[in-house]
Amino acid sequence: MTATNTAMVAKYQNNFLQEVEANVEEGDWVKMCMQCGVCAGSCPLGNAWEHPPQEIFMMIRAGKREEVLSSESMWMCTSCYNCIVRCPRELPITHIMHGLANYAHRLGIAHKKNPTRRFAKIFWNNISKSGRVNELSLSIKLYFMDGIVSGIKKGLQMMGVGLGLVKTGRLDPMALISHKGIKDTKGLQAMLKKANEIEDKRKGYAS
Amino acid sequence: MADEKKIAAYICQGCGLGDRLDTSELAKVAEKEGKAAIVREHAFLCNADGVATIQKDIDSEGVTHVCVAACSRRAKTEAFGFDKVAVSRANLREGVIWSQPNTDDAKELTQDMAADYIRMGCAEVSFMKAPDTNPNHGSNKRILVVGGGITGMTAALEVAQTGYDVLLVEKDAQLGGQAAKLHKRQPNHEPYADPQDTGISEMIAAIEAEAKITVSLNAHITRTSGAPGQFSVDISTESGSTQTENVGAIIQASGFTPYDASKLDYLGYGKGADIVDQMGLEELARKANGKGITRPSDGQEIKKVVFVQCAGQRSEKDGELAYCSGHCCNTSIKQAMYFKDANPEVDTTILYTDLRTPGNGEDFYRSAQRKGVIFAKGQVSEVDANGNGAKVKFKDLILDDDVEIDADLVVLATGQVANSGVDIDEVPQNEPGQWEVSVDSILNMDYRQGKDMPHLRHGFQDSHFICFPYETRRTGIYTCGPVRRPMDMVQASEDATGAALKAIQAVENAELGRAAHPRSGDLSYPEFRKEGCTQCKRCTVECPFGAIDEDEKRYPKFNESRCRRCGTCMGACPVRVISFENYSIDTVGQQIKAVSMPDEFEEKPRILALACENDAYPALDMAGMNRLQYSAFVRAIPVRCLGSVSTSWITDAMNSGYDGVVLMGCKHGDDYQCHFVKGSELANTRMSKIGDTLEQLDLEGERVATHEVAITDIQRVPELINEMAAKVEELGMNPFKDF
Repeated sequence: MTATNTAMVAKYQNNFLQEVEANVEEGDWVKMCMQCGVCAGSCPLGNAWEHPPQEIFMMIRAGKREEVLSSESMWMCTSCYNCIVRCPRELPITHIMHGLANYAHRLGIAHKKNPTRRFAKIFWNNISKSGRVNELSLSIKLYFMDGIVSGIKKGLQMMGVGLGLVKTGRLDPMALISHKGIKDTKGLQAMLKKANEIEDKRKGYAS
Repeated sequence: MADEKKIAAYICQGCGLGDRLDTSELAKVAEKEGKAAIVREHAFLCNADGVATIQKDIDSEGVTHVCVAACSRRAKTEAFGFDKVAVSRANLREGVIWSQPNTDDAKELTQDMAADYIRMGCAEVSFMKAPDTNPNHGSNKRILVVGGGITGMTAALEVAQTGYDVLLVEKDAQLGGQAAKLHKRQPNHEPYADPQDTGISEMIAAIEAEAKITVSLNAHITRTSGAPGQFSVDISTESGSTQTENVGAIIQASGFTPYDASKLDYLGYGKGADIVDQMGLEELARKANGKGITRPSDGQEIKKVVFVQCAGQRSEKDGELAYCSGHCCNTSIKQAMYFKDANPEVDTTILYTDLRTPGNGEDFYRSAQRKGVIFAKGQVSEVDANGNGAKVKFKDLILDDDVEIDADLVVLATGQVANSGVDIDEVPQNEPGQWEVSVDSILNMDYRQGKDMPHLRHGFQDSHFICFPYETRRTGIYTCGPVRRPMDMVQASEDATGAALKAIQAVENAELGRAAHPRSGDLSYPEFRKEGCTQCKRCTVECPFGAIDEDEKRYPKFNESRCRRCGTCMGACPVRVISFENYSIDTVGQQIKAVSMPDEFEEKPRILALACENDAYPALDMAGMNRLQYSAFVRAIPVRCLGSVSTSWITDAMNSGYDGVVLMGCKHGDDYQCHFVKGSELANTRMSKIGDTLEQLDLEGERVATHEVAITDIQRVPELINEMAAKVEELGMNPFKDF
């Protein structure tokens, strides 16, 4: 994965804006930002971002590749779409944030311990396995993400909610063993594999 | 004349006046105290029958002076506009019944107020004359355009297409001005995406094809004298010949000079060939003519260009420009496109602190972003010539970083400096009989106040930018384009059409002997009694429009056609020899005297309000319309401008027992709103000295208050009056009442 990274650096010779335009979802919008800051002011999690969206766009233009790609900021996006609605230049900011996060992940330089990233991985593994989310196993994996002790703690904290869900038939405790996926899970996995290949080929990640 | 004078007063009962006021009592007042020969009450004076009644009296009863006691003078002006007779208006509606409470308790004071306004209206009209046309008017309708750049050429074409003759004077050997030096211009039509041809050569061809336009190249104006409708202008060409031309109005489109970038030491201009200003880049672009622009120092390919916005502009540094020149952001965008359009691989960065793209520049800006021009918010601190190319040091204001970048070419966006001629505050006019031509002057006016128009803020020649565009402080001379304020080509062309229209209005008004803006259409003009003049020169110095010169014997010489009829000279004159037929020391002074003055023990004080007719008086009217109430002891008199207020009115008022005086004029100072530019400021200066006079009378200085009032101060105007009423109550009555 770091090899991909090296390849990209070589390919774009430090022209990070061009790299983003070519590889990041909706990346060709980055140049259109006019630095008004409405996105930063609109973000409900704005205070939690180290670099608000318009600053990330500026960093891309200034060629700050490492700083952007290893940043946790774009992982903070909750897809509320407030910024997209408000952006006077109509930039698809939410998509760009996810695009950047995804690109950093693909290059293998995304922030390793970022909880959003870890959750996303768990979720993806969960859903791609059977074609349907196994909520119980997803929750358990999420609780035990940081180890057994904190997993048990979180489990106990959420016990009331869990029992309530079981009582009202919203959660099947047997799902751990009896989770039913879609009919053709093999077909799904073949499709995903192919899609991956196509994308890798198009963006030049794979040989 | 006294024999022929016949005053008639008409009292309206409409709009509730008949219900609120005892009009028959008012009629008696008009007859006995107002000396009206005919007094009529009418249920609805402004209807056809009411107007016909008045007209009939004028036609068959020999009425020469009409006092209409109805609504404000600002209402029903057409109905009550009678020709050839003097007309005054007693404001009983907005000024009395609408501003006073409709209660039984208030009835007496309301009636008092109305009666006083009747007395005042009759007194005023009795000292008025129906204004006659200014006899010294000229009827030349040719229009002189000074400057053959895009502004001047647009103005010339607009004027010619409207059907007037034009004389276009250009100092250079060809038309086109600064615009002719450009490679391309920023777009002025959809989709506002790419630079486009300047269109200057087409424009020059249009000028040459227009029979009504005469062009004079290589020419300077060496003398301007006269007035609207009758200017006489000496035009000297480089060859040394001088021709005298007569014109009716002048459009000054003298444009701008690019700021001298070599003053910007820290930005490296002049230290290396690869640091240029915007005009310098235009020259490079014209040479390259669509092919790639190469590095001036060594002719190598350019890979990176940096544009430095606000170079020596919007700056507080000494010698730099404090203002934004308005076009430079769009110009840099355009110039970055010169590079991007020739070769998209060229790296172009625009360093700005605030990007300003007026008009449709926003689309142009977006187009540049699409083409890959990089915009970075950064404050440039230094540009160093660096062998070939240059190093730019700046602070990235978004990322809070100190950055250095190397560029092959640096373009400095410097600003526009107005070509305003000589600063008349610095360069005094020649003494009479010792005329000398100034080579720096644009117009070389022989006006007493100086050779060019006064420089306003930052050396531009503008009047108030919102209220009075194109108007200058010299009647019949209009400025447009970058001499008025910094602007781009689109704005300059628009400006030119506005000034063209103003100039046409000026010559048409001049032919009829009427005033120009803002008393447009006024037929009165200043007259002065030479025998009484002490040659103190106050009028010639204080006239905001430089209308008054001095004759050989040093008496003031009124150029009536240059006059705007503000009456500032009248207010200035210490011996009160200046007057207008329908506005004089007497027409106001007699109103002040006509008010009945209750004695000290009646507890009915009297407050005089002198309100500027342009802003304060309309605000008072609107207060009435909104039924905002104010003290019933006030008696308001509209004045043409606070500058026309004679201090004698104030001293007379205080001497005759008024308890307080409120003066309401427009805002003065740098961002003035005075319709006559300096009037309210001069009044303020004069009134600051009124305290001494009051002290001599042993009266408190607080009895006279001067306020700046805007037309929107509808809520505030009644408060100002009530404030004075409260002050009077606090100070007690004026002891001069019984004398």
